[in-house]
Amino acid sequence: MKTKLFSAAMLVLATLLFNPVWAQESPTVDRTATGGAQTLEDIMRRQKQLETDDSFRSENLGNPADAAPITDQLGTRGGVSDSDNWRAIRYNEIEPTTQVRGPAADVLIQDGGMPWWKLREGPMITYGGGALLAIIGLLVVFYFVRGRIMIDGGPAGTTIERFKAVERFGHWLLAGSFIALGITGLLTLMGRSFLIPVIGHDAFATLATGSKWLHNNVAWAFMLGLVMTFVMWVAHNIPNKLDWQWIKAGGGIFTKGHPSAKKFNAGQKIIFWTVMILGVSVSLSGLSLLFPFQMPMFADTFGVINSILGTSFPTDLAPHEEMQYANIWHSIVAFVMMLAIIAHIYIGSVGMEGAFDAMGNGQVDLEWARQHHDLWVAEVEAKQGKGESSS
Amino acid sequence: MKVMISAFVAALVIAFAAPVVLNQFGWSSAQQTSTESVRLD
Repeated sequence: MKTKLFSAAMLVLATLLFNPVWAQESPTVDRTATGGAQTLEDIMRRQKQLETDDSFRSENLGNPADAAPITDQLGTRGGVSDSDNWRAIRYNEIEPTTQVRGPAADVLIQDGGMPWWKLREGPMITYGGGALLAIIGLLVVFYFVRGRIMIDGGPAGTTIERFKAVERFGHWLLAGSFIALGITGLLTLMGRSFLIPVIGHDAFATLATGSKWLHNNVAWAFMLGLVMTFVMWVAHNIPNKLDWQWIKAGGGIFTKGHPSAKKFNAGQKIIFWTVMILGVSVSLSGLSLLFPFQMPMFADTFGVINSILGTSFPTDLAPHEEMQYANIWHSIVAFVMMLAIIAHIYIGSVGMEGAFDAMGNGQVDLEWARQHHDLWVAEVEAKQGKGESSS
Repeated sequence: MKVMISAFVAALVIAFAAPVVLNQFGWSSAQQTSTESVRLD
C-alpha cells in the first residue's frame, strides 16, 4: 500500500516537474543583435503563451527630451517615433482619438485574439468533439448491455393523453431549432478543420454561409421554444422528496421495479433544468455575439462572481475580449447541452419502448404510463372521475 | 407527427421572418457597426 502511495506521489511530482507551466519564468534575453528590439525568442515565447518580460517594449515609448529641433529632418515628430507611438497604443499608455465611429472603434490593438483562436481551434474542438463521440459510444455500449427498456408484461392496448398539442409544439419548436443550431454550430466550429479537406474551399464557403444564416436566425425559434416549455412545465418540475427516492433507485434502469413518479420523474427534471439554465445562458451569450459590442456581459458577470466568491476575474474588458469570452462560453455551454440532449434523445426513442409516443402523437400506452409515471396516472384518473380534463 | 412537422415549419418561418423584423426595428448588427457620418474632408 505504501509502495503504491509512494509511486503515485512520485508520478505527481514528476508530472509537475516536467509541466511547462513551471518553466514560465522569463529568461534574460540578449537583444543586442536586434538593437534592443524583440527577438525571435521573444516572439516564440509569446506564441507559446509563456511568461514574457515586455518591459523592454512597454517602457520604450520615446523621450520628448531627445526631440530633434523642429528645423531638423523629422523634427516635427518630437522625441517619439511611429514605433514608440504603436508601443504606447499596445500598452494602453495613450488615449487615442479616431475619426472612425462605431462600437469598439477606439480599440486599435487587442492581444487576446491569438489565445482565443488557439483555444477555439484546439481544446474546444478536441474535448468538445471527443465528449460528443464518448457519449454516443457510451449509449451504444449501454444499449447492448441493458437493451431496450420494455413495458413489463407488454402494452395494455389502451392509451392516455400524455402531452397536449401545444406542449408537443413547444417541445418540437425547441428540439428542432436546437438540432439545427447544434449541427450548424458544429459546422462553424469544426468545418474548417474537417470539411475543407473533404469537400474543398468553395463548397465549404457556401455551406458555412448557409450555416451562419440559419444559426443566427433560427436562434429566435429556440428562444421562443425555451419560453413556451418553461411556462408550460415549470410547475411540474419543482424538485421534491419523491425525486430523491427515484434517484436512489437509479430510475429503475437496472432493477425490476419502477420507482414512483408524477408527470415528470427526477431524470426528466434534471433534463428540464439543464435545458432551461443552460438554454438561457447560451441564448444570452448568443445575443451578445449576434449584436457585436452591443451587449457586453462578462465584465459585469465577473464582477458579481468576484464579489460573491472573492475571485479575481478581470472586470475591465475591452469590447473584443467580451466577444471572445462570449464565443468560448457559448461553445462550452452548447457542448454540455448537446451531451444532455443526445442522452435525452436516446432514452426518448430507441432506448425505451413506448416513450416516443408521448411526443409523437401525445398518447401513451396506459401500462407504460403506470410503470413510469404511476402517480401522474392516478391524478389524471382522479380528475377524469370528477369530469375534469387531463393535464 | 403533424404537430412535430408544424413546429419544424414554424421554426423555419421564424428564421426567415427574424431578419426582416429586426431590420424594421433598426436592430441589424450590420447597421450598428457602420455609420453614414464618416467624412474624410
